Amino acid sequence: MRATIWGSRGTLASPGPETVRYGGQTSCIAVELTDGTLVILDAGTGIRPFGMSLGGASPSRVDLLITHLHTDHIEGLRFFTPFWDPSVEFRIWGPPAPLRNLERRMAPFFAPPFFPVHLRNVPSRPTFHEVPTQPWALGSAVITAELIKHPGPSVGYRIEEAGRTLAYLPDHEPGLGADLTSIASGWISGWSLARNADVLVHDGQYTTAEYESRVGWGHSSIVDAVTFAQRADARRLVLFHHDPLHTDDQLESMLMEAGRVTDTSMSEIELAYEGQVFDL
Amino acid sequence: MSDESTQRNLILILARDLTSRLANPAAVIDAEGTLVYFNEAAEPVLGRTYAEAGELRAGAWAAEWDPRDPDGNPVPLEELPLGVAIREGRPTHRALTITGGDGVVRAIESTAIPLCPREGLILGAVALFWERHRVGGA
Repeated sequence: MRATIWGSRGTLASPGPETVRYGGQTSCIAVELTDGTLVILDAGTGIRPFGMSLGGASPSRVDLLITHLHTDHIEGLRFFTPFWDPSVEFRIWGPPAPLRNLERRMAPFFAPPFFPVHLRNVPSRPTFHEVPTQPWALGSAVITAELIKHPGPSVGYRIEEAGRTLAYLPDHEPGLGADLTSIASGWISGWSLARNADVLVHDGQYTTAEYESRVGWGHSSIVDAVTFAQRADARRLVLFHHDPLHTDDQLESMLMEAGRVTDTSMSEIELAYEGQVFDL
Repeated sequence: MSDESTQRNLILILARDLTSRLANPAAVIDAEGTLVYFNEAAEPVLGRTYAEAGELRAGAWAAEWDPRDPDGNPVPLEELPLGVAIREGRPTHRALTITGGDGVVRAIESTAIPLCPREGLILGAVALFWERHRVGGA
C-alpha cells in the first residue's frame, strides 16, 4: 500500500509562512491499496487538495474511514470532488455512538444554517457504516477499528496488507489516567492497533510542559506518544496532529524532545508533513 | 480469562481508570463475568489485595467470597448485582454477606451497573459496595 499525507495539522487549519514545512491542512491520509482500492483516513481540509490532485478522474469507489466527528476530521469532505460525483460509490465508516447512528450525527454538518446542501442531496449518495467490532476486509487490506481514549466516540485504525501494517491514531491520549511505562499492555488504550506497526501515525500535539495544563483534552504529549510507540513495538513513529499554534521551528524542537526520551528499539521518529509518502 | 497482553475494550479501560481513583470500594467485571479489577478501597472489604488476587473467572470470584443473602443462603452468581448487570443489562442493588480473603465475614451492600456503550451491547459491569458491619469470622 501507499499512504500519502494530505493534512497533518490538528484542531484548526493553519496555513501561513510559519507552517510551510509541515503544512497547515487538517487530518487526511490517502491510502492506495495494492489492488487499487482507495481508503481515506479522515476528511480534514487535506482531503480537498487530494481531491484536486485526482484531476477530475474520480475513483469508482471511495472508503472514507473517519476516526471521530470533531470538525478538523470532517470539515474537508464538503469540498472533496468525488463526493459530488454521482458515479462514485461513497462509503463512510466511523465510530458507533451510544444513541444516534453515524448518518444522523453527521447530517447537521450538511444542512442549513451550516451548509446550503442537505446530506440527502449529495450526488454520490454516501452510505454510512459504523465500524465493525471485528476486523473486516476492504479491497486487499484488512481493517481493524477500536475505540480509543479521546473525548466522545473515537476510534483508531489499523490497516494490514501483505504483512505490512499502518496504524493511525491521530487523536489519542493513552496517558490519561495511566502510567504508560508500567501498566500491562492490554490496559493501554489503542495498544493492539499499534502493535508491531511498520508505521504508526500518532497524536503528538503537545510538549511536556503544555500537556500539564491540557490533561483530558484528548491529545498526547510528545513523551507519551514515544512511550506508547515503544510499548507497542512500533517500528516507525510519525508524530501527527500538530498543534495549530506551533510553528515549523517549534515542531522541530519537539522532535528533539522526542529523540531524548526514546530508547534504541524504535528506528525512526519523525514529524508528519504534507506530501509525505509511505510505501508499505 | 485474558492475559496481560489481551487488548481490553476502552469502556473497561475507562472503568478501571475511574475506579482506581475512587475512595469508594469498587470492582469491574468483563462481559464474561471475569473480575478484571478491584480498587484499593475495596481491598479491606474483600480481605485481599488486587495484587494477590489478580483476575478471577466468574465462578472463581463467586466462590472466593462466598456471597450469601442476609439469611445465610448462598446467592448464585447470576443473582448477584454484578451478575444481574451483565445478564440483564440493568442496574441492581442487594444486601449480602461475604467472607473476605482474611476470613472475616462482612455484611455489605452492593450496587452494580452494566457498561453498555450502546443499546444491547454489554461489555461488563461496575459494582460499588460498602461494608455495613462485620458479622463474625477470624
